[in-house]
Amino acid sequence: MSKGLFRISPGFEDVMPAEYKELVTNGPYGRDLGVKDLGTFKELIEEHPLCAGCAEALALRLILASLPSPEDTVIVGSTGCSSLLFTQVAVQNIHSLFGNQNAVATGLKRALRLRFPDKVKDVVVIAGDGATVDIGLDMVMQSWFRRELITTIMLDNEVYANTGGQESGMSPQGAVLYMAPLGKKFPKVNLPEIAREAGCAYVATISPALPRRLGKVVRRAILVAREIGPSYVQVFCPCPTNFKWPSAQVLQKIRDRQKEGIFKVREYVSPEAEAYLAGLEVERQHDEQE
Amino acid sequence: MDPEYLFSEAPRRQVFITGSEAVAEAVKRANVDIAIAYPITPQSESMHLVGDLYDQGYLKDYYRGENEFAVMAAVHGASLGGGRVFTATSGPGTLRAMEMFPVWAGSRQPVVCAFMCRGVSLPPSIQPENIEMAMLLDVGMLMFHAEDAQDFLDMILKAYAVAEQPDVHLPVGVFADGFFVTHTRSAVLLPPDDLKLAAYDPRRAPVPTFDMETPPIRLVRDPLLNKSNFISYAANASWHQEIAAAAERARKHIRRYMGGLLEVEDPAAVVFLAASGTAVSQSREAIKVLRAEGIRVGLIKIMSIRPFPVREIEAVTAHADLIVVPEFNIGGWLAREIKAAIDNNRRVVGGPRVFGGMTMPTELIVNEVRNALSRPGTRQPGMRAGI
Ligand SMILES: Cc1ncc(C[n+]2csc(CCOP(=O)(O)OP(=O)(O)O)c2C)c(N)n1
Ligand code: SF4
Ligand SMILES: [Mg+2]
Repeated sequence: MSKGLFRISPGFEDVMPAEYKELVTNGPYGRDLGVKDLGTFKELIEEHPLCAGCAEALALRLILASLPSPEDTVIVGSTGCSSLLFTQVAVQNIHSLFGNQNAVATGLKRALRLRFPDKVKDVVVIAGDGATVDIGLDMVMQSWFRRELITTIMLDNEVYANTGGQESGMSPQGAVLYMAPLGKKFPKVNLPEIAREAGCAYVATISPALPRRLGKVVRRAILVAREIGPSYVQVFCPCPTNFKWPSAQVLQKIRDRQKEGIFKVREYVSPEAEAYLAGLEVERQHDEQE
Repeated sequence: MDPEYLFSEAPRRQVFITGSEAVAEAVKRANVDIAIAYPITPQSESMHLVGDLYDQGYLKDYYRGENEFAVMAAVHGASLGGGRVFTATSGPGTLRAMEMFPVWAGSRQPVVCAFMCRGVSLPPSIQPENIEMAMLLDVGMLMFHAEDAQDFLDMILKAYAVAEQPDVHLPVGVFADGFFVTHTRSAVLLPPDDLKLAAYDPRRAPVPTFDMETPPIRLVRDPLLNKSNFISYAANASWHQEIAAAAERARKHIRRYMGGLLEVEDPAAVVFLAASGTAVSQSREAIKVLRAEGIRVGLIKIMSIRPFPVREIEAVTAHADLIVVPEFNIGGWLAREIKAAIDNNRRVVGGPRVFGGMTMPTELIVNEVRNALSRPGTRQPGMRAGI
């Protein structure tokens, strides 16, 4: 994005909403900010209608604060709770349909590469577990097979939340949910493993209970997708509303699940991606010294 | 370059090619950025040839998608990113992709898609049949129906010119009846090889391109979707109306580039055959036979199905006693459209209808006209002029 683009046309200063003005004067564009800087800049995310205490909303807030180049990022979403939030996010984002996000992202990324051969345009897919592992799995995996240079982030809230709490492929085995009246019969789909086998150069699982780590993972995933290959991040953020937990307990529940070993923080980096990230790190240190 | 020069003025040379080859000749001159393909008979050959064009450098990107829904989603993404796109499909592929077509229209993308119509599995058939067009009538895209390979070539090229007008900016489906058009050779007049449409300029689009270069970056302040109130319903409805209005505004561009939404032969006749696609060619043959028998029959060739030439049909048929509508599908969607467009629609006879791969012998049309004329109370046309 050219620097001058995000400004207010002369004469409109007094009618622009306050939060927009703040984005112009103190937004994150071109500033290399991250989770550690939260509270010091105007975030991309605006007031939104997701439930109080929603772990998915927290995850999104952290993800958006971790984009390495928000000024050149386009997000592709999918139908679900998160799509109600994306309309209030200050990077361009596409909501097309339920499940087609990785196909849309494929076309988008290719068009942007043709139109801006000398610029990096990050295309980041952010979609629910149902969108990613159930209805859209075909297109998610095919984009990995084709080695499309996009980052796929799953918001794993373990349920079809937006439609009122039905079983998804990511629901825990045994969970009694709508459309699983006798309890879910099979375990959570092991998509990280599938992602690795399907050609992702970077795969990680993380949760918003570890905000800094989440920021690092998202950043690495997006960087790897610039040059090396597709990347996949699975964010564990169970839905308090549908699992009927008091919203203040969500992060504790996540920590408990991690302690019990049911949820594991994992990272896979292909040797090529490892070398690439190490190279970027050296460059960065070099820049800092200068 | 002025597209009109390419369409009508540039000297053309005659070649003897299939409809699939005609599609590729159109794409070659359309300055397409990205084409995405998925195989299905009778569409495949054309997209193989488009792949060859990619190999020859006429396109910047091309790949085989995973299924038609994904292909239509990917061309949607590429178009949102500011690329000019092309794809094509047939029958079951059209139905598999169905959910995407209103999305193209809803997001005002000038996607051009060719449809090589075929049966859709009731029961299975790969043969020519255009029932899929009935299912697309209200998805919001413009629809042109080609009679032959020449039309197919011209309509695909002109589709880009119409689709990309800033006051239109809608998807266009260009339809041809599979096999009859795609797999037979005919004489086609080709514009010069070195002429092509000017590149698509996303800055002329009435909606922002998703490239983080085109404002607005923050798209909406208050989300409409999650508010259940009259204002948000009305905002949604007004977007629908704007899409319909954009299709209306396409009429003038269709007239300019295609010479009209329909063509009429022998407008003074009182009996007409009204058809689109291959049924037009068959109607031409039937008219020759009927004339030889002393029965004068005019022809209405409908080229634009969406927008539909309601006023034109009304005007052409104002003095007509009988309008016979032959079709390559069981539903009779074109007859329904014409019946809804005109007064005194008992004048419209829907038939003959063939499907499941049947051809439409001239005799079938001739008999339909003869039978209709023998209905009690129908004026006999003879060879006299209209009223
Ligand atoms: C084709 C289609 N099928 C079903 C739906 C209904 N639907 C909308 S959102 C949703 C659930 C989304 O679940 P998930 O992807 O896990 O996101 P979440 O809401 O949990 O964040 C469903 C089933 C739809 N919009 N489109
Ligand atoms: S239903 Fe669950 S996932 Fe959706 S907004 Fe509420 S808490 Fe978040
Ligand atoms: Mg979910």
